[in-house]
Amino acid sequence: MSLQMMTYLVVGATFLLYIVIAIKSRATTTGEFYVAGKGVNPVLNGMATGADWMSAASFISMAGMIAFSGYDASVFLMGWTGGYCLLAMLLAPYLRKYGKFTVPEFIGDRYYSQTARIVAVVCLIVASLTYVIGQMKGIGVAFSRFLELPFEVGLVIGMAIVFVYAVMGGMKGITYTQIAQYCVLIFAYTVPAVFISLQLTSNPLPQLGLGSTLSDGGGYLLERLDQTLLDLGFGEYTERKGSMINIFLYTLSLMIGTAGLPHVITRFFTVPRVRDARSSAGWALVFIAILYTTAPAVGAMAFYNFTKTIEPAKGEYLVYEQRPQWFRNWEKTGLLQFEDKNDDGRITYVKGDANEMVKVDQDIMVLANPEIARLPNWVIALVAAGGIAAALSTAAGLLLAISSAISHDLLKGVIAPGINDKTEMLAGRVAMAGAIILAGYLGLNPPGFAAQVVALAFGLAASSIFPALMMGIFSKRVNNIGAVCGMLAGLSVTLIYIFWFKGWFFVKGTEMAANIPANWFFGVSPEAFGAIGALINFAVALTISRVTAAPPREIQNLIDDIRVPN
Amino acid sequence: MADKTAYWKANIRLVINCLIVWFVVSYGAGILFVDALNKIRVGGYQLGFWFAQQGSIYIFVVLIFYYAARMNALDRRYNVQEE
Repeated sequence: MSLQMMTYLVVGATFLLYIVIAIKSRATTTGEFYVAGKGVNPVLNGMATGADWMSAASFISMAGMIAFSGYDASVFLMGWTGGYCLLAMLLAPYLRKYGKFTVPEFIGDRYYSQTARIVAVVCLIVASLTYVIGQMKGIGVAFSRFLELPFEVGLVIGMAIVFVYAVMGGMKGITYTQIAQYCVLIFAYTVPAVFISLQLTSNPLPQLGLGSTLSDGGGYLLERLDQTLLDLGFGEYTERKGSMINIFLYTLSLMIGTAGLPHVITRFFTVPRVRDARSSAGWALVFIAILYTTAPAVGAMAFYNFTKTIEPAKGEYLVYEQRPQWFRNWEKTGLLQFEDKNDDGRITYVKGDANEMVKVDQDIMVLANPEIARLPNWVIALVAAGGIAAALSTAAGLLLAISSAISHDLLKGVIAPGINDKTEMLAGRVAMAGAIILAGYLGLNPPGFAAQVVALAFGLAASSIFPALMMGIFSKRVNNIGAVCGMLAGLSVTLIYIFWFKGWFFVKGTEMAANIPANWFFGVSPEAFGAIGALINFAVALTISRVTAAPPREIQNLIDDIRVPN
Repeated sequence: MADKTAYWKANIRLVINCLIVWFVVSYGAGILFVDALNKIRVGGYQLGFWFAQQGSIYIFVVLIFYYAARMNALDRRYNVQEE
């Protein structure tokens, strides 16, 4: 069977599965629509959280970034996992005890302020929308390559599927679909990794293979990579290239942001008890860690195979006309481009002006990996299905967070408190449709690599939502004015810093300064600035609260109440 | 009430201890002291690199389950557990 046929079959089968699940668990009440009726088993919720969490960026882009940045990409590995410790110990159990539907709802109640609730809604929408753009791009890439459609068509098909599937399901449908999607994506990620690890190192566990010797007798894989990169003129793979302070703050921003992303927090509202919220965070991290500890091996091995294809023996480059089929396939998508600068008909791949691989998009590393390693067609088809599963599950979770913020917090909470369940759900579905269209538009005009776009969402979640939630639980002194000023200060400083280097609202050409380390404030990149925004938020909120009136008695009682499980 | 204050204090102590471990394995071993630890080799891994790309993640997982188990024990000791 041809690869394309096989891909249609595998991807089609997974779509059928998701739609059947979504129809079977269609939401009928707002409780089911927002929090799946609070009846999800903690282990299954962990699995759904894994799928919710692991996006196109984790599945498609992360290993590619590791391949091209080596040690420096550790910020993503530690940042996107370490945040679960903060979530489990500082937020999830208490927010579950509080027991309502959305994150802005807690902020509004705890700070007895509609303004606080609206600020939280705005932060949530900005962060989630930024994040969903990355998913749209991931869906477009997967479709365009594997179903051989133009990128734009792929993106529109992706939008249509998300539409059917997220609008219908609500949280209940999304949860059970995400469990299926987790199984598809983790299988799709680990199977090629095991094959490739076996091929290269004879060790079936990629986590161990990465630290093993190559089966061809060339010494340790990582040492060989270090040497290959030095020969090409890049820095060593395992060596630190960025500044230490930037790596430190980038990791911190991603961790705090992870814990502050509303679509992840909301997942912990769906388990039955407080103790389930604690263990469920652990299970979520188990399911995430399976992919995250595999990714460094995938990145290193893919990069090793890639350089080995282009330069089979030292100094002897591949003749362009003899390039393999996968190379031709990816050239068609425009994500891989060759330009014969010295007219020798061979592919020269080095650092600097002589480089003839004028474009190697990082995103292709995971998707092309099985082809580069000459794995069977069904494995390649599976990777396509996995990439789409990762993007769809995250998009659905984000769209639910956006739509519930609009229907539950803005409409029911502020504008029209009198509406009934049915109207509220309809509003949620309409909001979801609007969000999909907007995200699709932004996906067609993305401001950078899928994962970089995602990183911006973390800065926003870190600088606004996380501090407000944490202070709401751990301080009885922080009041309405303090919280609102803190959120606004953190958010605006972070946004301005990002826009300063990336263009106002990401419009190209409106940058105030070139996005290079020399221009950064103390060498902190825009992606790493969320941690500073969070510090500003904490500092402003605590200072202003100290000089204004303490929260009223009933709020103090609310805090006492959420601090104990019973 | 006094019980609940003690419960909260014990909770904070546990969280701080866990977060110290969290900080040491990621920011410590994986970032601040990565160059020094990279001089130690475990198979093909340099130790600092291993902490940054593998070890810290394993420890995070263990840490959350440890925290959950200890919190459940605290809930029972202070009699605030759910039924």
